[in-house]
Amino acid sequence: MSTNISTTTEAGVTVRAGRPSKSPTRMALERFMYNKMAIASSVILLLIVIMSLAAPLLTHQSPTVQDLAHTDAPPGNGHLLGTDTSGMDLFARDLYGGRIDLLIGFMDMLIVMVISMVLGGVAGYYGGWVDSVVMRVCDFMFNFPFLLLIIILSAILNSTSVWVLIGVIGLTAWPGMTRLIRGLFLNLRDSEFVLASKMAGAGPMRIIFRHMIPSVMGTLVVQATFLFAGLIASEAALAVIGFGVTPPTPSWGDVLSNAMGYFQLATEPYAWVPPAALITITILCINFIGDGLRDAFDPSFQV
Amino acid sequence: MSENLTAVVNDALTANSSDNLLEIKNLKKYFPITAGLLRRTVGHVKAVDDVSFTLKAGETLGIVGESGCGKSTMGRMVMRVLEPTDGSIIFDGQDITKLEGKELRRIRPKFQMVFQDPYASLNPKMAVEEIIAEPLVVNKAATRKQAIERVSHLLERVGLRGEDRLRYPHEFSGGQRQRIGIARALALNPKLIVADEAVSALDVSIQSQILNLMVDLKKEFNLSYIFISHNLAVVRHISDRVGVMYLGHLVEFSGKADLYNHPLHPYTEALLSAAPEPKRENRRERIILQGDVPSPANPPKGCPFHTRCPKVMDVCRSQRPALREVSPGHLVACHLY
Repeated sequence: MSTNISTTTEAGVTVRAGRPSKSPTRMALERFMYNKMAIASSVILLLIVIMSLAAPLLTHQSPTVQDLAHTDAPPGNGHLLGTDTSGMDLFARDLYGGRIDLLIGFMDMLIVMVISMVLGGVAGYYGGWVDSVVMRVCDFMFNFPFLLLIIILSAILNSTSVWVLIGVIGLTAWPGMTRLIRGLFLNLRDSEFVLASKMAGAGPMRIIFRHMIPSVMGTLVVQATFLFAGLIASEAALAVIGFGVTPPTPSWGDVLSNAMGYFQLATEPYAWVPPAALITITILCINFIGDGLRDAFDPSFQV
Repeated sequence: MSENLTAVVNDALTANSSDNLLEIKNLKKYFPITAGLLRRTVGHVKAVDDVSFTLKAGETLGIVGESGCGKSTMGRMVMRVLEPTDGSIIFDGQDITKLEGKELRRIRPKFQMVFQDPYASLNPKMAVEEIIAEPLVVNKAATRKQAIERVSHLLERVGLRGEDRLRYPHEFSGGQRQRIGIARALALNPKLIVADEAVSALDVSIQSQILNLMVDLKKEFNLSYIFISHNLAVVRHISDRVGVMYLGHLVEFSGKADLYNHPLHPYTEALLSAAPEPKRENRRERIILQGDVPSPANPPKGCPFHTRCPKVMDVCRSQRPALREVSPGHLVACHLY
């Protein structure tokens, strides 16, 4: 048997010289830029965010001042979309309401991601009894009646401020994400490149921050966007059943729930169509962005 | 021809040097089987059961056996990424079985591993440079400039180009990726490399290139290999001595020529008869084994192979044969000898 087959025959033949090498992150960004739906959604979402933040520039009406001369009024008298039964300007409430919805969605997404990364990360990396404890707490939280907690809290506090609502949603919404991250870490822990890093003498910190988190980042970003959309929906759902932020603080869900009477639904579309449309469009846009990110982070997806 | 020559040279070398690079003594790995809510241990999977062998400096030791025989588990215990249940691993005169934390990390550079799957063993998010330099960075063994030089040098040694260091794993073929994996293992000048099925995932044409590369590198870097594979031809090509594993036990251990030409253990005979042989005159009569490998969770009493052995005797069913030297350098665990 000849032991001298040249070991250089394979050497770099298939790797062409001169072509700049693209990092996986750069390639993901390029794939995202090719996705028209995701780009359009990003633009629309950005407009909605700007609209909410720049609300004072778009209307002179206050979202919380009651115009008692024109309650439950149709559009006119300086009220672009009329007023609700308390005489508050609907257009202003729609604009300012976006701030609350986006704030709740975004803050809760952050809270949930941080809790899940820490708990899920620890459970997945260390495994064993640590994993068992975290997962049992997760199981408990999964079955915890979230609605009951909100009802009890609003009864005790006699009001639900935005921050209380953010806190309650944030502290009850994390088990799903925690499980997901724990699963990802558990898989990675036994992967060969993590083993190779361990063989090189790397400690847990280096393995978690240099190998594991970068590897799951794509999935996490995608899941975070879907979570964001889901949280906005749950704010709206809570408001509709009467456990959202306390009036007169404006939120889309609150505006919508105030226009949910049979009479209003039939005769005052200007009251409920805008908030419903805003909620729907925002959630749709975020989901499309999430889809775009998922495809972008999937290396097998070619443009 | 050249194969015979290297065997002779290696025999001479190993005869002169008595210093063992690695000594494995009674190594065991039992994985507990748990059941119920309280995770009570109801039994053990005896993945590796009482395996002992030595590896001389500069030697290539092949470990063969079918899937599930415990060869990978053993390799991972030697690499100290899996805790042995019992037994000791003495590396370079030092007992490393119980080393932990910093002490373990300090000795790690001396033994490295080449993995089976060239796709899973390289972090897809890292450039080749970061991958190969990781052992250097982690051990603070080089400045940034030195690390870059070392990476370029290693890439050239394994048959790639220095410029390839800036590329990412997805831009390379399986064989090229395996070369990158080998370069990473070499980064810290190890003494021992455990190659766990290092060529099994590659095309046959690429396998021989990688094997020859490993042979070349062994001379250049003064390496010793433990080469784990289910492929008899591959092990024959690269090894000086070969160990055969069955159901967590080492059943035969011998010099390569001896083992392939005069297998003693009935299992080894059956294994060799199953390997394709291109030359008609060299073909052996095919020995077809009956039944399946018993579960390592419930291994048979006595000799682990007695349930399938064509030459089974009464004593085999009650007593486990010890691994004994039956001719110089040829160890076998069988009641026939």
